[in-house]
Amino acid sequence: MGGVGVATSDRPINLFRNMTAKVAAIPMILTVLFVFVGGTVWTVTYSFTSSKLLPKLKFVGLDQYERLWSTNRWIISIENLFIYGICSLIFSFVIGFVLAALMDQKIRFENTFRTIILYPFALSFIVTGLVWQWILNPEFGVQNIVRSLGWTGFVFDPLYNADIVIYGILIAGLWQGTGLIMVLMLAGLRGIDEDVWKAARVDGIPAWKTYLFIVIPMMRPVFVTTLVIIASGIVRVYDLVVAQTSGGPGIASEVPAKYVYDYMFQSQNLGQGFAASTMMLLAVAIVVIPWAYLEFGGRKRG
Amino acid sequence: MRSLGILLGATALVAATSAGATELEVTHWWTSGGEAAAVSELAKAFNASGDVWVDGAIAGSGGVARPIMISRIIGGDPMGATQFNHGRQAEELVEAGLMQDLTDVADAQGWKDIIHPSSLLEACTLDGKIYCAPVNIHSWQWLWLSNAAFEKAGVAVPTNWDEFVAAAPALEAQGIIPLAVGQQSWQTSGAFNVLMVSLAGKDIFLQVYDEKNAEVAAGPDVARVFKAADDARKMSAKSSVQDWNQATNLVITGQAGGQIMGDWAQGEFQVANQVAGEDYTCLPGLGVNEIISTGGDAFYFPKLNDAEKTEAQKRLAALLVTPEVQVGFNLKKGSLPIRGDVDLAAANDCMKKGLDILAKGNVIPDPNQLMSPDSIGQINDLFVEFFNDASITPEDAQARFAEIVGNAD
Repeated sequence: MGGVGVATSDRPINLFRNMTAKVAAIPMILTVLFVFVGGTVWTVTYSFTSSKLLPKLKFVGLDQYERLWSTNRWIISIENLFIYGICSLIFSFVIGFVLAALMDQKIRFENTFRTIILYPFALSFIVTGLVWQWILNPEFGVQNIVRSLGWTGFVFDPLYNADIVIYGILIAGLWQGTGLIMVLMLAGLRGIDEDVWKAARVDGIPAWKTYLFIVIPMMRPVFVTTLVIIASGIVRVYDLVVAQTSGGPGIASEVPAKYVYDYMFQSQNLGQGFAASTMMLLAVAIVVIPWAYLEFGGRKRG
Repeated sequence: MRSLGILLGATALVAATSAGATELEVTHWWTSGGEAAAVSELAKAFNASGDVWVDGAIAGSGGVARPIMISRIIGGDPMGATQFNHGRQAEELVEAGLMQDLTDVADAQGWKDIIHPSSLLEACTLDGKIYCAPVNIHSWQWLWLSNAAFEKAGVAVPTNWDEFVAAAPALEAQGIIPLAVGQQSWQTSGAFNVLMVSLAGKDIFLQVYDEKNAEVAAGPDVARVFKAADDARKMSAKSSVQDWNQATNLVITGQAGGQIMGDWAQGEFQVANQVAGEDYTCLPGLGVNEIISTGGDAFYFPKLNDAEKTEAQKRLAALLVTPEVQVGFNLKKGSLPIRGDVDLAAANDCMKKGLDILAKGNVIPDPNQLMSPDSIGQINDLFVEFFNDASITPEDAQARFAEIVGNAD
């Protein structure tokens, strides 16, 4: 709220300044209050009840949470989310940035390449998941092709091996998502003033050093936006798993969002689903609140 | 949520008044070839009686369809009638007063006397009132064997589970998967339940699933069942198909020796033009304990504000139980009728075996009728994990099973 100095003696009350803007914001404020905050409070409240198919206010304390954390499937879900999250974060950033940097070398047909790389993002997760289910299927996909080329001992069946199945899902996720990250990064790179590059060149700084020590620090806002987009994608990963493995083999590729859905709608145990979704919210809050504090709390000092 | 409900209710009202008064929308998840043919029998009968059947098939299995049906009923946009598995899936909807009471129809037709076994009607009853019309009986306890596979392996077609386990090495030597199991979680737990009732007997089964006795679940009788499940796990290690009908197809084509699956698998054999006794063998109760469970499908009728529709609902409920509809529907569906007094001369060998067992009264309720979907879900999770992870010992799995049973409701 930068004060656009209304430097008159009869200064209007703060509340009525920018009246139209405030009126316009009312629907959004109401939405936030009732849908987001209200829905969250409702969910957390009912996670302490024994609600089954229909929500009922019969409180059972922390029972749902105790059960949740003693359930093998939930533990595996959390581990998978952790592996998927860390890998997805690192690879999205690295691949996205490298692609963007390459794209930024004033290459020919940049538009074409950009479109090709961004294109997977136009596909839904369900389609992506099905496509990669076929590609990774040992009988039709990569393994079969390599074997037919002569390497008959070649084994590549991530979706059928419980130990590495989550990486099979990661591959599909990265294929779908890195295009967008690349475009965001490219926009960031284009936002860097040409003069910075000229100055660096005059000083004889090699290009990789310019990227690492000058350009990347200047791209901080873009990185923050990208981080939020990737992180939200990680927490809600669901459809990809459903399309590729539906949680299998066994329960090796279960994820928290799928746990929530299955318990709320298939097992008809709302309380358990709410407890699980509250834990997901808590996990997000633990990451977001310190970050928001640093990001927005810090700005006042500057 | 509430305003959404009102909105949905309002649109439903508009739709209802503009349509004919005795149109009933019926939702179900019967979408495969044989199932769709069976539903059309019901629709034909209802249309012939002067009302209009509006088909609301929902693709996907029950797991996909049920949440949609439930959210429509809760959200204030109820359909005229809907399929559920009779049991506890709709229990809370009935308790919440969202379902039509059918007691007067049942009394008028004397359902108490004609519906056999009586457990079917009990599953529809809450506080002495009847809320659903059962339409068929599906049983789980069948072992389907490929005669060709055993011929190739050079062993006689087994007549019980132990012979089947003993024949497994011979099958494997020929590159045949001894036991086909799909990866969907309900299939593995279903197979386990079959092992339980067939090998440990009816009493143990009821003590575990009906009385939820954790001590019995942790005891030596159930330990034997887990041992058998361990055998089944080893025999199915190479089976990597997903859906149950893909697994059945392995048996049909002789790539697998056998499959533990409910009587709906029979439809697949029929579609493939295979003859019971010649091309395939069916062993009810795994050839050990000839007993079948009486799960199945029932129609529930959500409460509607339209008196005319309510009357149509009752007419449909009455129609579903009549002998003609029962015969027409169940022959197409491959399931057993809910009354013992109808003539199923056209039934095949396996169906006749089933009818015979039913007539003798060797029946148990389905776990769906005894346990809440929540407990069933936990058991499904346990067995899909057990069948896919050879590092879980039968003892560990049994301990976890006993814990679920102890906490079940």
